[in-house]
Amino acid sequence: MEKLIDRSDFLKLIDNGDTLLVGGFGLSGTPLTLIDELAASDKKDLTVVSNNLGEEGRGLGKLLLTGCLKKAKGSYFTTNRDAVQAWSDGKLEIELVPQGTLAEAIRCGGAGIGGFYTKTAVGTKVAEGKEEREFDGETYILEKAIKGDVSLVKALKADTLGNLVYDHTGRNFNKVIATAGKIVIAEVDEIVEVGELEPLEIVTPHVYVDYVVKNKYEKKGGKYIGS
Amino acid sequence: MKKREGSTLGLERIKIAKRVAEELSDGEVINLGVGIPTLIPDYLGDKKVYLQSENGLLGMGPTPDDEDINMDLISASKKPITMDTGASLFDSSDSFVMIRGGHVDLAVMGALQIDQYGEIANWAVPGKTILGVGGAMDLVAGAKRIIIASRHLAKDSSPKLVKELTFPSSGVRKADMLVTEHAVFKFTDNGTELIEILSDMSVEELRKITGADFTYGDE
Repeated sequence: MEKLIDRSDFLKLIDNGDTLLVGGFGLSGTPLTLIDELAASDKKDLTVVSNNLGEEGRGLGKLLLTGCLKKAKGSYFTTNRDAVQAWSDGKLEIELVPQGTLAEAIRCGGAGIGGFYTKTAVGTKVAEGKEEREFDGETYILEKAIKGDVSLVKALKADTLGNLVYDHTGRNFNKVIATAGKIVIAEVDEIVEVGELEPLEIVTPHVYVDYVVKNKYEKKGGKYIGS
Repeated sequence: MKKREGSTLGLERIKIAKRVAEELSDGEVINLGVGIPTLIPDYLGDKKVYLQSENGLLGMGPTPDDEDINMDLISASKKPITMDTGASLFDSSDSFVMIRGGHVDLAVMGALQIDQYGEIANWAVPGKTILGVGGAMDLVAGAKRIIIASRHLAKDSSPKLVKELTFPSSGVRKADMLVTEHAVFKFTDNGTELIEILSDMSVEELRKITGADFTYGDE
């Protein structure tokens, strides 16, 4: 399979200062193996765009322990005390984006659309400095699309072409993130032959996926053991 | 929450959840926020509603048995859930097409403050490090109807219903209703209207613990 790479080769695709789009909602649908590689690396000044920063010491939370992050952009960091602490200490920049705006901005980034007007956050601190415009008597704000240097997604299975299927709500941000990075890397539990995935179940067509990495964690009792 | 069930706080939370449940109609698509709103499914009786979870599910079912837990089938509170018959799965951008596009009939959410016209503050406290907004602002902007389920007073005993917000707003869109352990309020362009008292308080006593003026009956 051309797209299959070893997890140890993944870091060659990441440069210092890159913006990484990372799928996941909490720890669900999160590329835990790729994050481990990043956490063990000497990469620095990375910006991560993701809904959360995992949990304390887990998932993207591991990157807070190594100091490779310069900035996090997402909707909800409050529940990870390490993120709050890093921000309080001035070690981490944080940009808050409402969850629906985050999803739509990444969708636009992958769809060749420069930005969009939304009613979300009108009249709030989040809207400060953003262009306002009225459509049919209602006020909207302009939000710019989000694109990344590298997208890291987590799927349940890939076929050897790179088509992806997801596990239930593990789909979350992965579908749009797979469209919005210059390089897209998918971490998966299982790789199957072309033709084994039902066309109806494929959510991310292979055109978006550049590389596939096999997950190192085994799922037991509904959880990735040892992650 | 189980350990709190017998306490006054637990009973008051249940009372609020039960009263909000009365507002729900058969067939509605509903998004429930964290806290008190998550208690509502236990008090629906025979009503059939469809619970939307913003991380990508319409038709959220009850908590699974331990052996059926899959941490890739979770609620927006990141707790394991099941899927009801007729459930569907989708990605985050489609989920907010549903929410922002006005396809969700009702959002029930908590609040830190609500002003007399129903403007909500539910994401940040001035001077405290709150680094999360989640889907609150999208729900405020897009749900067809918004009910706030909240205790009448904040932890510091200050009223949550106030004349003007001192906490950061969650958006210009107003809530329709507020249910507390003491009362049900409706919001209109004219301000707050008390429509029902749920405790043994008199209207005058209620005015004393409420930060906004409100009308009652034919006043």
